[in-house]
Amino acid sequence: MEILKPAMAGTLESSDAQVMVEPGEDGIELTLESSVMNQYGRQIKATVLETLERLGVENARVAVVDKGALDCTIKARVECAVFRSCGKSSADIPWGGAVR
Amino acid sequence: MKNAVGREIPDFLLENGKEVYQGKNYMDGKYLQKAAPKTRRYEKPQESKIVESLADALRQCGAKSGMTFSFHHHLRDGDFVVNMVMKAAIEELGLEDLTIAASSLGSAHDPIADYIEQGKVIGIQTSGIRGRMGEVVSKGKLKTRAIIRSHGGRPRAIEAGEVHIDIAFIAAPTSDCVGNCRGIGGKSNCGSMGYAMTDAKYADHVVVVTDCLVDFPNMPASVEAIDVDAVVVVDSIGNPKKIASAAARISQNPRDLMMAEDVAKVIASTPYFKDGFSFQTGVGGPSLAANLFLEKYMDERNIKMGWAIGGICGPMVEMLKKGKVGKVIDVQDFDLDAVNSINQTPNHFEMSASQYANPANKGAFVNKLDFVVLAALEIDTGFNVNVLTGSDGILRGAPGGHPDTAAGSKCCIIVTPLIRGRMATVCEHVVTVTTPGDCVDVLVTDYGIAVNPLRPDLIECLDNAGIKHVPIEELKEKAYSMVGRPDDLQWEDEVVAVLEARDGTILDVIRKIKPYSLEND
Repeated sequence: MEILKPAMAGTLESSDAQVMVEPGEDGIELTLESSVMNQYGRQIKATVLETLERLGVENARVAVVDKGALDCTIKARVECAVFRSCGKSSADIPWGGAVR
Repeated sequence: MKNAVGREIPDFLLENGKEVYQGKNYMDGKYLQKAAPKTRRYEKPQESKIVESLADALRQCGAKSGMTFSFHHHLRDGDFVVNMVMKAAIEELGLEDLTIAASSLGSAHDPIADYIEQGKVIGIQTSGIRGRMGEVVSKGKLKTRAIIRSHGGRPRAIEAGEVHIDIAFIAAPTSDCVGNCRGIGGKSNCGSMGYAMTDAKYADHVVVVTDCLVDFPNMPASVEAIDVDAVVVVDSIGNPKKIASAAARISQNPRDLMMAEDVAKVIASTPYFKDGFSFQTGVGGPSLAANLFLEKYMDERNIKMGWAIGGICGPMVEMLKKGKVGKVIDVQDFDLDAVNSINQTPNHFEMSASQYANPANKGAFVNKLDFVVLAALEIDTGFNVNVLTGSDGILRGAPGGHPDTAAGSKCCIIVTPLIRGRMATVCEHVVTVTTPGDCVDVLVTDYGIAVNPLRPDLIECLDNAGIKHVPIEELKEKAYSMVGRPDDLQWEDEVVAVLEARDGTILDVIRKIKPYSLEND
């Protein structure tokens, strides 16, 4: 999936994460801030990268500001930001495919 | 050397007879030589002890570099006195190498972080440490290792001379011209002044700082003129809005209420729940709400609470006024209802920190406690509790009376949600052990109850009452299944703070935190 325009999903509320994606050229460029960085930074990074890979995103600048979100929330916010960036509406989201 | 809670205590800390934590009641029966202060005689009658300024008071008390100044925290996050005194000492008198020995410190004291970074303040001994001060200490900026003590451990250390106070500063809502102080009657009222009492008795010099001078004699005095060298009148000792909150409200959060109900059920299942029982509760959501449900059981069985202690707030005063509790004995007040009640409502008394919780005197109030209900940042499968360090390893809390009441009480109940955001409250190993697991009896969470296997008697009580409980490991696994298993925190070797058990042995150490980088792995 190709990132066409900047897009954002999520909030800065406690237990949520805000994900911003922008078009990129040279692979995935991830910046991560988290209120639980010391204990979960590695896992959050892995979750974000796995989700992008599953969606077939190869080039993007991704910024995640995490406020202690669970993995399921992080996945959902990343997916949403990516779909918004390439103009997908609810009709053409791959439910049951890349989104499980 | 490993201590009784499995923490590795570096050998270099074990000098001058310092020992590692050996378990509850290890010091029982041993003798203690109390240290006495060197105090000045004021034989010639004095009309007044009022001096012009803090700087004058400091000079009169012979303040010099390297001294230890003590403070108490009844003004909580509204306190102006610590910053005011340190500013006068450092910026007006040019003193250096000072140590602050406070009953607690909060984010009101952020400016002290600058003095630590400048090397003007080189020692911190406290229960609570938060905000910027917690951060700079965790980063290893303090020249000496900080010492963290419980509210009972502090008067023990003062009486034993382990901390010698050169000048004690008493933040007094009211004082007369010779230094009789009370926590009420002024414009920055705090109620009880219990944490200041040992300081006033054991410090070489005592300075009263007040913003409300009243007629002599200010009675009954919490700190007495016989111990006071000087009185300084300032514009304001604190922000009343932050000293005592408006009435502490009982939580309406259904999760808190559910846990509170379980706490009350557990209490009612034990043999200690009988007429005249004693009780302490924190002011956190579910802890405070336990009052409400407990009252129902008390009515049902037609019994009354004999007495309650602790930090006191409105709902407990309310129960006193309704005659549901016989006596309230108070070391600190959290809200205006409590502040306005102490020494006014019959049977609402003040006590010192030593009387409250000191394990080295001949019988503190905590030793007669039946129940205490407490919160936790983290609790591990050994029932060890952390209320001091955050999940990032930074100092941002306070043991307070937690270890003292847990150790003294017959039944210590920890109530906490299983997870907070992504943090597992029930975990494999707490970051820092502030209350040892051998003092903690029951854990109540929103996902189930666990009883410490050290208490088969309580397990039987719960079983007989049909209260479901599970091994604590099960709760930990449940938490990790939701949030994932946390990575271990990364530390440097350097010890930045020593956490003393209430008996003075070393319970844990806090090391300098390694800056986190995602690229490390």
